[in-house]
Amino acid sequence: MTRIYPVESLSAFPPRLSPGYRSTPKRGPTKPLIIMRHTLSELTGPVYGHDGIAPGDNDLTGHGKGDPIGERIIVHGRVLDEDGRPVANSLVEIWQANACGRYIHVVDQHPAPIDPNFTGAGRAVTDHNGYYRFVTIKPGAYPWGNHHNAWRPAHIHFSVFGHAFVSRLVTQMYFPGDPLFPFDPIFNSVTDEAARNRMISAFDLDHTVPEWALAYRFDIVLRGRNQTPMEK
Amino acid sequence: MSGITPSQTVGPYFAYGLTPTGRYAWKDTFTNNLVAAASSGEHIRIEGRVFDGDGAPITDCMLEIWQADARGQYASPADGGGSPTNASFVGFGRVGTDQAGAYRFETIKPGAVPGPDGDTQAPHIVVAVFGRGMLRQSYTRIYFADEAGNATDPVLALVPADRRDTLIASRRVEDGHVVYTFDIRMQGERETVFFEV
Repeated sequence: MTRIYPVESLSAFPPRLSPGYRSTPKRGPTKPLIIMRHTLSELTGPVYGHDGIAPGDNDLTGHGKGDPIGERIIVHGRVLDEDGRPVANSLVEIWQANACGRYIHVVDQHPAPIDPNFTGAGRAVTDHNGYYRFVTIKPGAYPWGNHHNAWRPAHIHFSVFGHAFVSRLVTQMYFPGDPLFPFDPIFNSVTDEAARNRMISAFDLDHTVPEWALAYRFDIVLRGRNQTPMEK
Repeated sequence: MSGITPSQTVGPYFAYGLTPTGRYAWKDTFTNNLVAAASSGEHIRIEGRVFDGDGAPITDCMLEIWQADARGQYASPADGGGSPTNASFVGFGRVGTDQAGAYRFETIKPGAVPGPDGDTQAPHIVVAVFGRGMLRQSYTRIYFADEAGNATDPVLALVPADRRDTLIASRRVEDGHVVYTFDIRMQGERETVFFEV
């Protein structure tokens, strides 16, 4: 089975230069990118086994001495390729602000409390169905200084590996119905509405655990599909 | 329009999740040291700095690299990986830049790998650059100044001759250790060559 990674699929990605997000103009290439065919170097990628993940790495509420503050939630879904096939044994890493909208990172000086029981980092490896599941705290919105009264919608950062170096994806998962969506230049850097909506998780009553936690579903689609005989 | 999930910036706060080294008790998934005790090949260091369009160092950048082992084999199922040959060399590294915009990797010099038409690619390492202000990763390649194969590399041949040197790491020996320098300039007169892949 030969997998291909058409560059046309990247039309769903935001442009590197997106002036509404003020850090972009000085940090993206300005000369034309060199077009090339994929070689073995692009078509291969690292394998990360279940060995590297400790039990509990996917429960962000269990990494402190006590319970973190905030609303406990379940975030789960599948990692799929462009043909809708599961991407199994794929490393999924997440990081996020706490319930008050504060990252534990030293650079974050937002005057909201740090939660000593919440680092905001978690990871999982997908099973044979491409399925992953996290237990975490619903992150808060936070100000970020991009423009007057700029606030990021609540989000969880996701880092995902597929089968190849070029299927690698870093993205952000948002929550449905966030009133900050129209005002966020990072969310809106994705100009296609349907593509933008794929970054929004779905409230998932069926996977809510009664008397314990609400659930949100977030399926992730990576580059990569089967080469069809027509194209050989 | 394809159905893939769009990319978003890694932002300024990725370190706790992706490069926690030394910050707290959390085992790194990947680090800037790719060398395991059983890895065979020439041990090299690659170091450099990352600069923005003003020539200022980017201090919150994340670099990921992917390379073949010393024999030119990738530790990937798509290249017959998982063989005993390279089980000791994963070939993937990750690092965040420091307050000077600097990074370093400790790794093994890769071997030549097959090109797309039965030809040979000179030894190289593929690099993805992530950072605040970058809504998607940018891809470049590290080649090595002391490799004669650069002259016939099919990918370098695609690059305008006057820009090729931005992809070639210079070599020196420091205390008996081979060190390559590879700076990354996102913009400017000597902007690093990036690839659409």
